[in-house]
Amino acid sequence: MDGEEDASNLMMEANSTGGVDEAPLSSTTTRRNRPIISGEPLDIEAYAGLYTGRTKINRLIFIASHCDNPAMELEALRMASDEIKKGENTQLYREVVQKIEGRLGPNYEMDTAWCSMIELKAEQRKEKLESELNSYRTNLIKESIRMGYNDFGDFYYAHGALGDAFKSYVRTRDYCTTSKHIIQMCLSAILVSIEMVQFSNVSSYVSKAEQTPEALDPPTTAKLCCAAGLAHLEAKKYKLAARKFLEVGLELGNSYSEVIVPQDVATYGGLCALASFDRTELKATILSLLSPAPPLFSIHNKVIDNINFRDFLELVPEVRELINDFYSSHYASCLEYLGNLKPNLILDIHLYDHVETLYDQIRNKALIQYTLPFVSVDMRMMADAFKTSVAGLEKELEALITDNQIQARIDSHNKILYARHADQRNATFQRVLQTGNEFDRDVRAMLLRANLLKHDCNLKASRKV
Amino acid sequence: MEALVTQIQGLSGTASDVLSLQNLLKQADDSLHAESTRLPPFLDQLDPSKHSLGYLYFLEACTAGPVTQEQASSFLLTIARFISSCVAEQIRLAPDKFICVCKRFKDQVLLLEEPLRGVAPMLTAIRKLQLSSEHLTALHPEFLLLCLLSKCYKTALSILEEDIFEVDQPRDLFLFCYYGGMISIGQKQFRKALELLHNVVTAPMSTVNAIAVEAFKKYILVSLIHHGQFPTNLPKYASSGAQRNLKNLCQPYVELASSYSNGKIADLETYVEANKDKFESDNNLGLVKQAVSSMYKRNIQRLTQTYLTLSLQDIANRVQLNSPKEAEMHVLQMIKDGEIYATINQKDGMVRFLEDPEQYKTCEMIERIDSSIQRLMTVSKKLNVMDELMSCDPLYLAKAGRERQRFDFDDFDNVPQRYNI
Repeated sequence: MDGEEDASNLMMEANSTGGVDEAPLSSTTTRRNRPIISGEPLDIEAYAGLYTGRTKINRLIFIASHCDNPAMELEALRMASDEIKKGENTQLYREVVQKIEGRLGPNYEMDTAWCSMIELKAEQRKEKLESELNSYRTNLIKESIRMGYNDFGDFYYAHGALGDAFKSYVRTRDYCTTSKHIIQMCLSAILVSIEMVQFSNVSSYVSKAEQTPEALDPPTTAKLCCAAGLAHLEAKKYKLAARKFLEVGLELGNSYSEVIVPQDVATYGGLCALASFDRTELKATILSLLSPAPPLFSIHNKVIDNINFRDFLELVPEVRELINDFYSSHYASCLEYLGNLKPNLILDIHLYDHVETLYDQIRNKALIQYTLPFVSVDMRMMADAFKTSVAGLEKELEALITDNQIQARIDSHNKILYARHADQRNATFQRVLQTGNEFDRDVRAMLLRANLLKHDCNLKASRKV
Repeated sequence: MEALVTQIQGLSGTASDVLSLQNLLKQADDSLHAESTRLPPFLDQLDPSKHSLGYLYFLEACTAGPVTQEQASSFLLTIARFISSCVAEQIRLAPDKFICVCKRFKDQVLLLEEPLRGVAPMLTAIRKLQLSSEHLTALHPEFLLLCLLSKCYKTALSILEEDIFEVDQPRDLFLFCYYGGMISIGQKQFRKALELLHNVVTAPMSTVNAIAVEAFKKYILVSLIHHGQFPTNLPKYASSGAQRNLKNLCQPYVELASSYSNGKIADLETYVEANKDKFESDNNLGLVKQAVSSMYKRNIQRLTQTYLTLSLQDIANRVQLNSPKEAEMHVLQMIKDGEIYATINQKDGMVRFLEDPEQYKTCEMIERIDSSIQRLMTVSKKLNVMDELMSCDPLYLAKAGRERQRFDFDDFDNVPQRYNI
């Protein structure tokens, strides 16, 4: 994501024009070729230019509410309100105007005339749709009923009534005749669910779409993979999310820009993979693509499919460098890249509450990987490699050792970490004796209880007699 | 009355005579009770070691009524002498009377506030009344009570070491295990205490009784001291009443356990301070304090898993102690108790944690393992025997027969479907 901001900055300077009306699509193609060194503050216009539809507005609002920079906030809100005016969502418009609080001048105050006009039009359209739908229903033409519900769904969606939109889309299901219809329904349902942040629905509709008997065309598969990936991400299942994102084909292009763009796929997939894959899987799925030589025919299928991911990673060179560094144990630079990316990732609508967890996981993996090959490690050198103090490193290592992720002991006096392998023989003896004791105790208790119960039964029996 | 005495003297020879004597005595019991005040002189005519059964009846009738202070100590002497010299087989013919006499003995001893006098006689009484060492009599809890009150715990340990399998009255078992648990706690044998208290808490009971509630409170505390954690749910074999109600009745203790599991000593101490009165009223305050100090121990033990060497200052910081001196004291105590293996280097102020030196290669270890195996085999055999007995039990067969399928073609057992007793 950062890549294109910087590229666009350079581009902006070159063109010396700015503003929303810059054609975003053309800039994406040129951005891919720019090398990037470090992250910079998010360029909102370029960022928002990648997306279309409602997600653009949502992302802008999210950035506005979460960033610290008031200039950035105002910029985001301004763009958001411009975008909303192009649509028909009066509710959202009111919210955004409230947030602006008149700071952007008279053009951005509550335009009640526009609101009432839109609402009037909405009423009229709704009545029209209802009457059409009723007539279709009486005629019992499946296709028309389906389209009627679909139109209703679109109408509600445009006006921000997401629950109603979802219901309408789901109702079309009964009238779907071909798999194309089903896929269309699923995609619409997924779109609305993502916006409603109900990812359980997303997963179920993705699986429904994938179950259609016909083969899906590549853009659709790509879209479904993305949606599934997002669902897993939300459920904190980073490994599954990474796998899904890696499966996304290049055909995604900009076809799903109302939800996600290729840069996002690369970032999410790369970070999740780094946090959750082990070394072999990481190499097999991502790193083999980073080598310059093209693969031969005989190479395993997974790798060939993932040539695509290499192209995705090209869009976010920082993530690519990051993964490379991690694999080759240049932890300091890896962590530096991560640190640079962080401020912008926090502003991402899907990733923001996972950033901390992912970062912690990546850092822990780095620490574990560092200590793995050694019998003893000098903690001072390790602290340098990780750009932290010895005391801080000691705390982190202690947490990992207690968690049983590193098998080692810390010599706090000399600041050395010694690998420690449990003595199997002693441990076995100990366990044997302990099991024997427990068995003895439990059986005796059991016999005692049985006796008590027998006594109870005898009492009852004697009472009966 | 005199006739009875002569009969006793005459018929106390052989076993068959003793049986007929018993019938006679049973018939004469009421008249004995009626004339209880006149009986003491007759006691001198009887010899407890030969005429134990008769003596017992007389003694029981004598002590039935209210006893004055002066009579009390003389009675104590008589009863003590009787217990030590009576014949076990004759006593076992009238166990209720014997238990009655001993209980009155205990009451007298407590009245005179000299529980120590009662400990030895009670122990002899138990040994004489028991059918086998696995048998729990009604006297066991009385004995343990006397030991507790007189603070001579060591004598009680010999009784506690035995395995109990046969029980007359469940209430005896509850009291026995409860007192036994308390004695074990006093001797700092927390594993045994846990075992005994566990038996009380998980014993089958149709309604929750007060003994179980008190035992549960101590069970929580001992569990924290010994294991460092408390399992929130009772095992499945505990009675349903216990599972539902015990936790509600011991609320402050359950909260103490959850506060302990959070690992913050400061929180634990504030909680203890806040609820001090409740703990005190249950007489559990000492145990609670032990639980709190066990937390330090557990934290230090956890450090041995992560560190090879650690400075005393660091230990003090991590375990939230006040100074390195305190840390040193704690570590020293733990090394002495054998809870950790370490060496303290006072010059550097460093502690070096060592591995458990036990190599499991010595002869003693082999013997230990061997005896453990033997013991387990005996217990296992016992289990099998009980299982077989149970399978032949008519009640069980009736129930199992009833629950079988009506039409089971593959199964042509001889057990009929309806089994009438």
